[in-house]
Amino acid sequence: MSAAVKERSREEYKAQEERLRAVWANPAGWRYWTSVNNYQIGLWYGSAAFAFMLFAGALALLMRLQLAVPDNDFLSADFFNQAFTLHGTVMMFLFAVPIFEAVAIFLLPPMLGAREMPFPRLGAFSFWSFLLGGIFVCGSIFFNAAPSAGWFMYPPLATDKEFSGIGADIWLLGLSFIEVASIAAAVELIVGIMKCRAPGMRINLMPLFAWYLLIVAGMILFAFPPLIAGDLLFEMERMFDWPFFDAARGGDPLLWQHLFWIFGHPEVYIIFLPAIALMAMIVPTFSQRPIVGYSWIVLAAVGTGFLSFGLWVHHMFATGLPQISLAFFSAASEAVAIPTGVQIFVFIATMLAGRVIFSTPMLFGTGGLAIFVIGGLTGVMVALAPFDWQAHDTYFVVAHLHYVLIGGMLFPVVAGLYYYYPLIDAKKLSDLLGRLAFWLMFCGFNIAFFPMHLSGLRGMPRRVFTYPAEIGWDWLNLISTAGAFIFAAGVLVVVFDVIRPKHRQPRGEFNPWNAGTLEWISEPEENWGVRSIPIVRSRYPLWDQRDLARKVNEGRYYLPDAEEGWREGLVTSVLDAEPIQVLRVGGTSHVTIVSALSLGAAFIALTFHWWIATALASIICFCAVIYWLWTGTGEIPEKPDKDVGLGLSLPLYASGSDSVGWWAMFITMVGDGTAFASLVFGYFFYWTIHADFTAGIAGPDAVWSLIAASLFAAAWGLMVAARTVNRRGTTATMRGLLVLSLLTTVAASAAGLAAPLSPGMDPTRHVYPAIVWILVIWVLAHAALGTVMQAYCLARSLAGRLTPNHDMDLGNVVLYWHFLLIAAVITFAIIGLFPAAM
Amino acid sequence: MRLVPKQIETLWTLFTAPVVWAAHFLVCYIGAAIYCAKPELVELSFSAVRAGIAAATVIALSLIALSAWLAWQQWGFGTDDPPHDDPTRRDRTLFQGFATLLLSGLSFIAVIFTALPALFLTECIR
Repeated sequence: MSAAVKERSREEYKAQEERLRAVWANPAGWRYWTSVNNYQIGLWYGSAAFAFMLFAGALALLMRLQLAVPDNDFLSADFFNQAFTLHGTVMMFLFAVPIFEAVAIFLLPPMLGAREMPFPRLGAFSFWSFLLGGIFVCGSIFFNAAPSAGWFMYPPLATDKEFSGIGADIWLLGLSFIEVASIAAAVELIVGIMKCRAPGMRINLMPLFAWYLLIVAGMILFAFPPLIAGDLLFEMERMFDWPFFDAARGGDPLLWQHLFWIFGHPEVYIIFLPAIALMAMIVPTFSQRPIVGYSWIVLAAVGTGFLSFGLWVHHMFATGLPQISLAFFSAASEAVAIPTGVQIFVFIATMLAGRVIFSTPMLFGTGGLAIFVIGGLTGVMVALAPFDWQAHDTYFVVAHLHYVLIGGMLFPVVAGLYYYYPLIDAKKLSDLLGRLAFWLMFCGFNIAFFPMHLSGLRGMPRRVFTYPAEIGWDWLNLISTAGAFIFAAGVLVVVFDVIRPKHRQPRGEFNPWNAGTLEWISEPEENWGVRSIPIVRSRYPLWDQRDLARKVNEGRYYLPDAEEGWREGLVTSVLDAEPIQVLRVGGTSHVTIVSALSLGAAFIALTFHWWIATALASIICFCAVIYWLWTGTGEIPEKPDKDVGLGLSLPLYASGSDSVGWWAMFITMVGDGTAFASLVFGYFFYWTIHADFTAGIAGPDAVWSLIAASLFAAAWGLMVAARTVNRRGTTATMRGLLVLSLLTTVAASAAGLAAPLSPGMDPTRHVYPAIVWILVIWVLAHAALGTVMQAYCLARSLAGRLTPNHDMDLGNVVLYWHFLLIAAVITFAIIGLFPAAM
Repeated sequence: MRLVPKQIETLWTLFTAPVVWAAHFLVCYIGAAIYCAKPELVELSFSAVRAGIAAATVIALSLIALSAWLAWQQWGFGTDDPPHDDPTRRDRTLFQGFATLLLSGLSFIAVIFTALPALFLTECIR
């Protein structure tokens, strides 16, 4: 061993440990809530999602009571509509997706041998946004103002203010806000998994959980933005009467269905894959052997991730699309069964190859998979268009989707809860209660949902609030209701097991299940994730590297200290996880809460059309975010390099594509670009459905459009030049170029505005001007943000926080400008030239 | 001149075949949807659409086959069996090759699935 790792004295070791503990410690008292540590955020996130699940479950029980007997008047029709809409919405948006974000934030850092996620404050921001948005959406039902048009909000019902009151706005704005939180989480997960793994954890050694989450986070980037674009169109119609979905003025409700299901179907797999990822951690542990077919799981995760985007139209089989279109989606829907099946066979093979210990987590896991397989098989049935035409919008579909989601997601999540609970509390949950809960849930589930296949085949449509006695649905519904309550009893047993006081229970041992992966060396009492960052040499380091846990806890690996008082982790290379940088992450802060709450307030005020409040909240949010960036990011370190231990010295600062900030910007802009592509899709969609989609209305001025595109290109060129001259050290020229670029951007925006304004295009008159305006507004809003970034870089440079050697901010802004240039050129080329070309 | 590209060190090659599948899927779907919505745009019969899909399918399958061959090469032509779990650059490369090969196989099948409807459907019926 080198001199750098010579034996340290006991005092030195204690002092190191104390410094590290102090840096990662949580504040006491009410300031506890300002924590950004992944343990707290993960736990809060998960608890909140679980609470929302119980709330939505209670709504489901109310619905089941109403449907227990024919001609029941327990609930009014309107309340029933609100209940099923909120049930679906909450389960999907406030439980299924966030719970995986919670689990990932909680588990990923220790699993990857990292101290933290790369952007802890972003994680905290995501949580507070989610909590506020969730309470807002759920709370609406207590004011009889919940959305009531079904969880997929189809227009024209949901755009009609007479039939759907403020509830639809609450749905749109509350959930848009949460979708932003999901994208923030996706950015964090992708960067965390690709760049922050422990040294030596090459991609062939990465835990399968991380593989799955990487794919899921990528899917979020392409699935959520179309819905955000859809929400934007929808809210513009509701708020300002822009006729995107109004057939009378050239709009089309089907566009919403496309945008919703381009999100909605991948969403099913966004929910399912992380749950299966938990199984991929649990099954090897209880088979006491490595997973059989690691590469096959990677195949399945990546394959499902891609194929799931070719399924969306199978929700629209009954809308009258050409049969060849239906057939493409039918084919892809059948193809996705291949990778899904591969995963299940991998688990079975692992169990067959090992010696299975049938613990509570395994019970929930295998029971859930059995249920999921049934749901998968009915899925293959409804993927066939002719069968779907019969079963569409009946209880058969209700049964199918609950088999898929509860078997594929809820049961594995409960399995994960029983498996990972010792990481939260250092104690196991009760085995007895767990088994009781499992059998209640398993039996109750099948009793509740199996009969729904039959009531569906007997013609019972979904979403009816009651039914007459003589058509043969009554006893099936009664059985379903009984089953639902048995199922709920099982869930309550789980809840009881989690919240019952356990202080008399002795502290459990480390790694109680004898698992092989790294997360089991973290101690619930400590906030630092890992005492020192290990070198990983195996897929199951705790099985294969015998002295790893001891050496980690003795601080014998990387970064065992925090001399400078910073929270630090390592950045490693994507493929081979070679250490390349020390990453200093943000600590405890109020700024995340202030930003999230003010952004939430802006959305809520917008719902009620309180314009002044919206403006005020937006300004507060803007200031908070700027303060956050200014004080917490791109900090120039006090020295260029740092000794991280084991004789290795690493840089403290990186810019360009070496920095995690650049990756975050890139990933965010990919998501942003997807939303933009969805709007462009809308433009061409309207072109296809009309003989003349301009309806005789004069289009945007081609000359102004071309001027705008050229000026944006010029502004982009000036930005690139600014970055280049800054690297050469000519700071004054860089500042001049920034100012010039800013002015050019303002001119470009004015020209862009003139394009639809000069022919007097009225967006409320017809969908053609509306879609043109929305594209222009999209680009102009991004340009406005671009000027803020330019001004920010200028200010950073003047304040000495942006120098020729420390140009991360400028690098990231130039990256933003690449994307802005693409959006601007596409927009102005399309709106200016396409109508003339047709 | 090389007929096949040189082996490159990146994670992204893993996604080549599924990206080809996605592109093929979009070309087929968008092409057919536009044809059925605006038949007057091009003076062609539905057989032309089917021929287009066939051509797109041949191109997609060839690209996937190429990706599979490269993956097979990266996997060392199967000289070494999985699990490829040694902490070495070599095993990491073999793993990448094998996983890419598997994904090429899945994408190949999925492209054929997508193309099948064009074998049976002869018009834009709704």
